[in-house]
Amino acid sequence: MFERKQLSHKATWAAAVAAIAGLAGLAPAKAQDSVKIGLILPMTGGQASTGKQIENAIKLYMQQKGDTVAGKKIEIIVKDDAAIPDKTKTAAQELIVNDKVNFIAGFGVTPAALAAAPLATQAKIPEVVMAAGTSIITERSPYIVRTSFTLAQSSTIIGDWAVKNGIKKVATLTSDYAPGNDALNFFKQHFTAGGGEVVEEVKVPLQNPDFAPFLQRMKDAKPDAIFVFVPAGQGGNFMKQYAERGLDKAGIKVIGPGDVTDDDLLNNMGDAVLGTVTAHLYSAAHPSQMNKDFVAAYKKAFGNRPGFMAVGGYDGIHLIYEALKKTGGDTNGDKLIEAMKGQKWESPRGPISIDPETRDIVQNIYIRKVEKVDGELYNVEFATFEAVKDLGKTKK
Amino acid sequence: MSAASDVGFHAQRQARWHYGEIAFWLIVLACGFAFPSRYLIMTDILRLALFAMSLDLILGYAGIVSLGHAAFFGVGAYAAGLLALHGIVKEPVLALIVAGLAAMVLGFATSFLVIRGVDLTRLMVTLGIALLLEALAERFSNITGGTDGLQGIEMQPIFGEIPFDMFGKAGFFYSLAVLFLLFLFARRVVHSPFGLSLRAIKNNPLRAAAIGIPVNRRLIAIYTLAAFYAGIAGALFTQTTAIASLDVFSMERSADLMLVLVMGGTGYLYGGLIGAVIFRMLQELFSTITPQYWQFWIGLVLVVIVLVGRQRLHRWVLYVPNLIIRRIAGRKAIVAVPESDS
Repeated sequence: MFERKQLSHKATWAAAVAAIAGLAGLAPAKAQDSVKIGLILPMTGGQASTGKQIENAIKLYMQQKGDTVAGKKIEIIVKDDAAIPDKTKTAAQELIVNDKVNFIAGFGVTPAALAAAPLATQAKIPEVVMAAGTSIITERSPYIVRTSFTLAQSSTIIGDWAVKNGIKKVATLTSDYAPGNDALNFFKQHFTAGGGEVVEEVKVPLQNPDFAPFLQRMKDAKPDAIFVFVPAGQGGNFMKQYAERGLDKAGIKVIGPGDVTDDDLLNNMGDAVLGTVTAHLYSAAHPSQMNKDFVAAYKKAFGNRPGFMAVGGYDGIHLIYEALKKTGGDTNGDKLIEAMKGQKWESPRGPISIDPETRDIVQNIYIRKVEKVDGELYNVEFATFEAVKDLGKTKK
Repeated sequence: MSAASDVGFHAQRQARWHYGEIAFWLIVLACGFAFPSRYLIMTDILRLALFAMSLDLILGYAGIVSLGHAAFFGVGAYAAGLLALHGIVKEPVLALIVAGLAAMVLGFATSFLVIRGVDLTRLMVTLGIALLLEALAERFSNITGGTDGLQGIEMQPIFGEIPFDMFGKAGFFYSLAVLFLLFLFARRVVHSPFGLSLRAIKNNPLRAAAIGIPVNRRLIAIYTLAAFYAGIAGALFTQTTAIASLDVFSMERSADLMLVLVMGGTGYLYGGLIGAVIFRMLQELFSTITPQYWQFWIGLVLVVIVLVGRQRLHRWVLYVPNLIIRRIAGRKAIVAVPESDS
């Protein structure tokens, strides 16, 4: 017995030595004529659907447009951060220091995007935010460009729309983190300015929320509608509990930014979701030809519908391609950022551009209602607010 | 030879430094110079190693199982973050100690709950404490930043001289120095009569009490010490990443720690260190190959390790390296012989 234990300890030692030696083996090879994009996404955990959509969209774009721009081969390195900011930071550092990436991109949630911001500044490389939606993000580094959206864009518009359309009393339910607070504040600002009243305000924890007890309080407050912001991915769960508690039958409508009726999950939410009105940047039912082609190609490649996260990724990689074209393949970070400013193009979501002042996205915001089209649930757009800038910047 | 001097003889022989140990630390130090592009992951390994060593102190030596060790890690992490953010204690080393002490206070306070139960109760109590703290941190988001985490921490230079750099070089050597110092202390503790009495308690608390060891006091002492170590690990985490989020309290962190010790082995201090290296390397390897499904592969490896048994597995896989080690280091390469490590 004694002898065996001795042996095992030597073995453990040896394992350690072997593992340390293995560190060297992980060091990646360097290539000259390629542009590397470090994609940091939540591929596991609660936000995994965001990561998957963005990765899919980028794959699709590169299939369609080829993987060479301005004579350089585009190389994508995907890292999983599970939407945990310190993992994001480590991943970003690794990508910048070891893989020598020319872009960092992705970022499923706001804390993740913020965690990487100082690194983008230090390394002087563009950080393309493809999902996170808090206004302050682009102010944290001059190297941040966003192709997703800001909560201020959609929340102010739904606030204005609600008061004009006979909704006077609203209860709010928002996730308790930066984007949720953004959504709440901007909605409240515009809704109360128009004469509306917020009767109940609830913040739910971001991780594994149980909406049921909050929904009961909502029901008791008898509002005309509830304003909901939960990150895409939690919408399905919310709608299920909303129907279970009978709020749909009590005539309480759901309004909000479009995250709650994300196309990714919408079709499985059941009929309780019918009639939900949201303001958002993208619907898979957007009637342009470009979007129809995009949705068809996406469905063919991955078997499901693209959501707004996928579009954020699709436009993000497009922006990177265009910037490289403009610099002629030069990967200097400052030049790339300059090239990105003021870019204008037609996206599946409609016409969009990058604001040269704030490096944030300017896009149409659509008011949509959930309806059944060919037996499937879709957000059908019925009003458009054109070229909405981000209204949430602290520096005016 | 009398029984007493026999015990003393063996204890002293084990406490002596062996060539293998010196070689181990030299290799670790050499890694710092050999892989300048991998500082971040190596720093991560060091932090995890310190954290695992902390759990080893209570699990491997005193036999206290815990699923909530992240509680102390988290307290240390937030303490260090808040100290730096509000400029209360600017100097990192001092802040590190203060953060460690904060965790230690919590450790001392909760140790009375922990010593009351046996294994299953302890699992639940420790788990509960960690969950409680996580909920509190989420609730008081005006202090902790809630789900967004503590943002905007700027670390001052170590001793006012050495700034933390982006590549993590300063962070790595800083962490290594802290780990080594704390290791020396832990090594001294476990080989002291105090440490030996802990082993006695682990093997049979009733008998230990019968021969006059104050069981509860000893357990409280080691639990408090382990909390200090975990707090330091947490503070290192915040200081080297300049971020603290709710994740520091997560149950996964505590569970990962158990896995690290399962891989490395308990009750000889190096278990946590070696386990941390293997665990993170596997994680890094799998998540590079498949960012989406790496958890599956980690899980599979763990199941294999547990099924086959760490010792047998190592003997098979590392037959050749083993041979070499034996040739070079000879029989004296053993560090310490754990009593119930299997």
